[in-house]
Amino acid sequence: MTPAVETTGLGKRYGRHWALSDCTLAIPTGRVVGLVGPNGAGKTTLLSLAVGLLSPTSGSITVLGAEPAATGRQMERVGFVAQDTQLYSTLSVADHLRFGAHMNPGWDNDLAQRRLEQLDLDIGQRAGSLSGGQRAQVALTLAIAKRPELLILDEPVASLDPLARREFLQVLMEIVAESEVGVVLSSHLVADLERVCDYLIVLVSSRVQVDGEIEKLLASHRHLIGPRRDPSSLPKNQQVIEASETDRQSTFLVRTEDPILDPAWTVEEVGLEDLVLAYMRRAPLAKRVRLASPDVEP
Amino acid sequence: MIEFHLNTRSGVSPYLQIVHQVRQALRLGLLREGDQLPTVKEVVARLAINPNTVLKAYRELEHEDLVGARPGIGTFVTKALSDAPLAEFRPLRHDLQRWLVKARRAGLDDESIEALFLDTFRSSAEAGVA
Repeated sequence: MTPAVETTGLGKRYGRHWALSDCTLAIPTGRVVGLVGPNGAGKTTLLSLAVGLLSPTSGSITVLGAEPAATGRQMERVGFVAQDTQLYSTLSVADHLRFGAHMNPGWDNDLAQRRLEQLDLDIGQRAGSLSGGQRAQVALTLAIAKRPELLILDEPVASLDPLARREFLQVLMEIVAESEVGVVLSSHLVADLERVCDYLIVLVSSRVQVDGEIEKLLASHRHLIGPRRDPSSLPKNQQVIEASETDRQSTFLVRTEDPILDPAWTVEEVGLEDLVLAYMRRAPLAKRVRLASPDVEP
Repeated sequence: MIEFHLNTRSGVSPYLQIVHQVRQALRLGLLREGDQLPTVKEVVARLAINPNTVLKAYRELEHEDLVGARPGIGTFVTKALSDAPLAEFRPLRHDLQRWLVKARRAGLDDESIEALFLDTFRSSAEAGVA
C-alpha cells in the first residue's frame, strides 16, 4: 500500500538553521498515526512540507504517492488543520463554507452543514468571535468537507481547554469511523494519542526513534527491576532502551518480543507515556555527550 | 443498550476494558440475548477512542460466540454468558464471606486480602485450575 507520507533524506533550512535534516520515514495510510517528539524535533516542519506550505531544501517527500500540493487534485486529497487554526477572522462561518465549496469540486456541503449544526453555532457569526474550541471544530469541518483521503493535524488541540479538546477528539474519531480517512496527528499529549491513535512515531532531531502499532509497542516493552546488573549481561533478544541503577538495584526498560524468564526480575508493563519519554531521553545522548565538559555527567 | 466507560489508569488496554464490560453486563443480566451493542460510531463519538479499538473488542466477543454482527445493522448479543445470573451463586458467595471473616481474623487488611486473592487467582489460572 502507498504510504500516507514517505520521505527520503528530507531537509528544510532557514538561513543557517536546519529545522529538519536528513529525515527518512514512512507513515502508513488508513490509520490514525500519532506523531510525538520534543519541541524542535521538526514535527511542524515535516507536516508543513507534507501539505505543501513549505518546499524542501533537500531530499524528497511524497504524500499518498504524489508530490505535495503539486496539483489541485492533490490538494483536495489532503485536509489540514494547524494549531493556530487558519480561519479568516473577519469572514463568517458561512463565508468559509462558500469559499471551501468554490475551491473544492468534491465539496460535501451536506456534511459540512450537518457537522456545524451539531456544534450549535450560528453560521452567520464571524470566525473572529468564535471560541478556540469552536474555531478548531470549524477548521476540522472545513478540512473534512472536501472529503480528503488523508487528514493532517498539527497540534490541533494544544491550545484548547480539556472539554473542547475531548469534544474535538470525539468528532475526529466519529469522522474516522464513518469515512475511513487516514489521519496523521501531532501532539504533546500522549494520553490523547493513546486514546485516539493506533500507530505512533516518536521523532527526535529529525530522526524516527521508534515507530509501530501502539498495541505492539506496549506489548514488546517491559520494565525489569531487580538486583544490580550490567546491562550488557542481558540476553541478546532484550534491547535496553533505558537503564538506571542504585548501588544495589537495576531498573531497565527493555524491548523484546519474547517472554522474560529470568526469575531475578520483577517484570512490569510500560505505559505509553513512559515509553515515549524513554525514547525521547535516549535520542540526543550522543549529542549531549559530545557537548558535555569532562566533569559533567553525560 | 449499555454505555462503555474507559479507565485510563487501570493499565488494562481499552479494547479489553470493552470486552470485560460486555461480559460483566452479560453476567449481571444487563444484556440479554438479542440486545444490540452500541455501534462503533456511537462508542467512538462518546469515548473519543480509535474505531479499531472497538472493532477489535467486538471481534473478540464474536470469537467467543457471545455476540454476532449483522452487516449494516449492528452487533447483537447471541448468547447469555452464564445460564444463571450471579445472584444464583449464593452458596459460593457464602463460602467467600466465611473466608473473608477468617482472613480478617488472621489480621489481614483489605489490601493484603486483595493481594492474596489476586495472587492465588493468577497462580491457579496459570496452573490451569481455574
